[in-house]
This record gives sequence, structure tokens and C-alpha cells, in this order.
Amino acid sequence: MSRIAKRFAETRASGRAALVPYVTAGDPAPDVTVALMHDLVAAGADLLELGVPFSDPMADGPVIQLACERSLAHGTSLRDVLAMVAAFRERDRETPVVLMGYLNPVERMGAETFAEAAGAAGVDGVLVVDLPPEESDELTGVLARVGIDPIFLVAPTTSSRRLEHVTAAARGFIYYVSLKGVTGSQTLDPAELGARLSSIRALTELPLGVGFGIRDAQTAAQVARVADAVVVGSAIVRLVEQFPAAPDQFRAAASALVREMRAAMDDARMAEAPAPV
Amino acid sequence: MKQAVDWAAFPDVRGHFGPYGGRFVAETLMGALDELQGVYEKYMKDPEFLAELDADLQNFVGRPSPLYHAERLSRELGGAQVYLKREDLNHTGAHKVNNTIGQALLAKRLGKTRIIAETGAGQHGVATATVAARLGLECVVFMGAEDIQRQSPNVYRMRLLGADVVAVKSGSRTLKDALNEAMRDWVANVDDTFYIIGTVAGPHPYPAMVRDFQSVIGREARAQHLEMTGRLPDALVACVGGGSNAIGLFHPFLADESVAMIGVEAGGEGVGTGRHSAPLCAGRPGVLHGNRTYLMEDDNGQIIETHSISAGLDYPGVGPEHSWLKDIGRVSYVSVTDDMALRAFHRMTRTEGIIPALETSHAVAHVLDLAPRMRTDQSVIINLSGRGDKDLNTIARLEGIEL
Ligand SMILES: Cc1ncc(COP(=O)(O)O)c(C=O)c1O
Repeated sequence: MSRIAKRFAETRASGRAALVPYVTAGDPAPDVTVALMHDLVAAGADLLELGVPFSDPMADGPVIQLACERSLAHGTSLRDVLAMVAAFRERDRETPVVLMGYLNPVERMGAETFAEAAGAAGVDGVLVVDLPPEESDELTGVLARVGIDPIFLVAPTTSSRRLEHVTAAARGFIYYVSLKGVTGSQTLDPAELGARLSSIRALTELPLGVGFGIRDAQTAAQVARVADAVVVGSAIVRLVEQFPAAPDQFRAAASALVREMRAAMDDARMAEAPAPV
Repeated sequence: MKQAVDWAAFPDVRGHFGPYGGRFVAETLMGALDELQGVYEKYMKDPEFLAELDADLQNFVGRPSPLYHAERLSRELGGAQVYLKREDLNHTGAHKVNNTIGQALLAKRLGKTRIIAETGAGQHGVATATVAARLGLECVVFMGAEDIQRQSPNVYRMRLLGADVVAVKSGSRTLKDALNEAMRDWVANVDDTFYIIGTVAGPHPYPAMVRDFQSVIGREARAQHLEMTGRLPDALVACVGGGSNAIGLFHPFLADESVAMIGVEAGGEGVGTGRHSAPLCAGRPGVLHGNRTYLMEDDNGQIIETHSISAGLDYPGVGPEHSWLKDIGRVSYVSVTDDMALRAFHRMTRTEGIIPALETSHAVAHVLDLAPRMRTDQSVIINLSGRGDKDLNTIARLEGIEL
């Protein structure tokens, strides 16, 4: 069983929703990332999503754009990100790590070379934001060979015909984009979200993660009632800007936010137990 | 390239020109692109739509644009006869409006009430603001903060036309960043918003759709040249930023094997210096802005900053069809430096009384070199893609003059 499948089996068995913090690798500086990953796990993260910085992050809002710029100012490359995952794996063999990024750096490295290096580093899933299933055969093929799950997005605008297509290609979990917009946008309607997730569940057994627009513990708790995983990105990355010259304080603030979200999510599920989702 | 190619078969249904093109966007936009492809395919076969488009091109844009024999320049160069396809005479002063008219009519058919666009030189922004004003649609134009400085007359024109011009301060603050920002806006407002892309880049169906709207240039030029000379031209020359004016001229001639085609990229300070905007001449294939194409990147696959005196060519990618035409050898691509373009700007202005845009001046510069190497009974058509009024501040500043 893959690390991702194993982790979701555990969270499902214990009636919890998984908490998945996102951070951009190399932000605010490359030497912060591995320690930060361990912090986030200690604070209650079940999976980690690690952003691969890209010069033109078209699907991201200003918070993650700036994170990419900060990371790239240090010259962080895809190979550097894989080295960070490998370093993280020296002390943590349990927590799944999903890379999230854009296609061009992967193409530049070569899909096959990338897949092998990612497998060796201990990457569990890869989400390429600008690679829809229609164009993904080559990459999913080489990822499958090294046991890495291709993670795909489903959006509020995804038609039912496309939904079948996406769920057929997806492995690991489905990443549901909770709103129309880029990362870090506002407004999320929990009632609408619940209805939408039910229609996806009719087509797939895969766990459903929800991200984009989860900014605080209260929203995280609402989403935890209906989703298998809650992905939190901009709310964490934004904290870097609060502590521009103090990475330690950023790490502490990020951990505190994750801890707060963890508690709120677990309380929300407890209050509802044993009702199934 | 000797075997016959069925040019009409490209792109394929998923938008591929050989290995290039396609649709590389986040899932949120896939539905909107399917919808756009649907209406585009439907209306390009709809006689009523095509009649409305033709009428607008004639009465609002002023088409057909003349094919002008630049006799004095031809004489001075002492080689091929130089013809200018006068897209600078279109309403709003460039070829860009051919495309915005078409896309705005589609937006209307789709019932969208809000138009967004990216712009570099501001020509596409002006052409978009113009059609939006005419149709009573809300219009937001994204423009790199640096380009807003370089092209201030066009910024004012857009604002006069009622457009909201948004300064994009991310990344290199030029055209590519404006495109990123327009995409982000589109993702968030996809229900009521139509994104009018200004060149043959972006995800499918944009490269094919914009090409089809711009192909009026080549259809007219082909008929006009036949009418004026009784034969086809020997060469076509156009500048290439994203590549819309070039493909618009080239496409109707692709099957005419005797016609050579040359796309001219912005060589900036020289392709050897790294400070240029010439992905076809000096880049490599990758994925940017929704399609696979030649682009300018570093060893880690990050998009690198481009340089050109002309904001409209300052783009690290290029339309995917050009990448394919390059690989199969049907079109050749060369580059021209800032200095060469400037000299050509002055030469055209003084010799023919036509002030070309700085973008266009790159194509002119190549012909200054090419025509003397051709025979006097041969001919070359330059796509005179736009007029240079918008560039007067840039030129004056280079000459130390405050306007
Ligand atoms: C006059 C003119 N020519 C050419 C271009 C370059 O665009 P394309 O390569 O799409 O024709 C521009 C872009 O702004 C322009 O304004």
C-alpha cells in the first residue's frame, strides 16, 4: 500500500479528516524548508504538500506568487526540492509528501529523469497544476513505474463528462478546488461544497481533498465535516510576510496555525460522530 | 519539407500542431475552453455570423487594407519589389483589431458581459477597449507596469475608451505577466467574462481561432498581389511577437510552395548577449501559458526575462503553430536587433512617408537586407502590422528629446 493510501486508511479509520498544509519549497529560504516540514508534522499535519516554485504560477494568487519569487531568488530548482524531500525522509518515513507545481520545470528535467529522482527522494504524489489528464499520459506513465500517484484537480466548473475522465486518471486522492479562482481567494460555501463532493463520491472511491480558500480554523473545521482532507496553503504562506527576517518565528506561527486547525477539525468531526461522511 | 501537407488539418481536435500547442491549464478553465471551442467551431461555419464579421471588418475597421507598392524604397534597395500590407491603416492602427472584432462577436453570442485582455504595446488593449466600447461591454485590460511606462499614449487611449487598465507588478512586469494576471482573473470570473487573447498563443482554441480571424490579412494580400502583378509574391516577411500578424499573412499562402516566408523575432541587444526576445531563434520547446511551444527558459525550466525595444515583441514564448512551421521548415525565422529595427523605422518613415510601429520595424529591417539580394522582377510583401504613433515617446527619448 502506498504511503498516501495508508495515511488515508488511518485517518478514515479514526474518523478524522486529514490536514494537508502546503508550503512553497525554498520559501523564505531553502534551509528552512526541511525543518518546517518536520514542524508541520509535529503540529498535526497528516500529509505535506510541497510547492515547486515557478516563475509564472498562473493558477496562484499573489501570496504564492510572492513565495515563488522569494524561493527563486535563492535559485531553488526542482532538483533542490527533491533534495529537500530526501532530507526530510531521513527522519520521517511515514508522512506522505505531494509535490505541487507547474509542468515546465518537469519537462526541462525530463519526465523520466524527474520520476526516477522523485521516486528515489521519497515523493508520494505529484500534482502538476497546468497538466490536465488529456495531456498527461507520458508523465502518469513514468510516475506509475516508480509508484508515484498523479494527483488531479476537480473544479466547480468541471462537467460531469470531464469528471469521469479525471476520476479515471487520478490516483492517491482527488484535489477538489473549492472555488472559482486562484489560490488564496476568498469565499467558500460549505453547503454547496458538500453537495458537490457527494456527486464526486458517486464516481470514485478515492479520498477527496479540498483546497483553495481555506484561510482559518473555522473554515477548516467546516470543510473537515464533508471532505477527507483539508489543504491549507496561502493562509500558512502568508505568515512568511509577517516575519520577513525571522524564519524561526515564521515556523512557530505556521505550527501554531496548523495546531489550531487540527483541533478545530477534530472537534467538528467529534461533534458529528458517528455519522458517516 | 517536400511532401504535401494538408494545412487545413492543423491543429488536430485537441489543438496540436505536431508536438506543439494543446491545452495546458488548470482544471477550472477546461470547461470554459470547451465552451469557447464549441461556439468558435459553430460560428465559423455560420453564414450569418460570418456576414456580420465581414460587415464589421469593412465598415468599422476599414478593410480591405491596401497592398501598397513601396516604389521608392524598392528602387533604393535595387532588388525585389517591396509591397506593404497596410494593417497600420486599420481602425486603431494595427492588425490587432481583426481579432478583437471576431472574438467580441463570439463573446456577444455567448452572452458574456465582461471582457478582459492582456496587452504589451497597448495595441491589443486599445483594439479590445474599442470593440468593448462599441458593444457596451465592461472591459479590463492587464498591462505590465513597465509597459505602462513605455506605452503611455495607448494607456490613455484605453482609459478614454472606458477600459480599466490594471498595472501588473508581478514577475518581469511585462506582457507575459499581464497574460498570467488575465488568466487569473478569468479563472475567478469565468461565468460572465470572456478573455480576448491578443495573439496566437494561449491554450487551444486560441491559437487556431486568432489565426483564423487574422487570416483575412493573407487572403486579401494574396488576391491583391495576384490582381496587381498577375503572380504570387516570392517572399512574405512579418515580425513575430506571439505571431498573430505573421500567421495571419502566412497562413493563406502555406500551400503555395513557391512563396518563401520569414518570421522576424526581436533580437534585442543581440541573440548572443542573451538579452533578446527570440525563442524560435534561440529558445527551446517547453510549456507556458497553456501551450507547448518554443520559449526562453533557464536550465531549471524557469521562464527568463526578455528584452526588446518594442513592447509588443517582448514575450518569451511564441504561438505553437510557428514552432511547428519552424520544425518542418516551411517558415524560416530570423532575428533583428533593436538598433537595426530603429534604423529601419527611420528609413521607412523618410522613404515612404509611413511611420511604422517598432514591432513592424523589425520586419522592415529584415527586408532592407533581403530585398537587395533578390531580383527586380521578384517581390516581397511586408506585413505593415501597425503604425508608430504609440512609439514616438520611446523614439524621442532615445534621441534625447522630451515630448
Ligand atoms: C503593431 C504590432 N505588430 C506586431 C505585434 C506583435 O504581435 P503579433 O506577433 O501577435 O503580431 C504587436 C503587438 O503588440 C503590434 O502592436
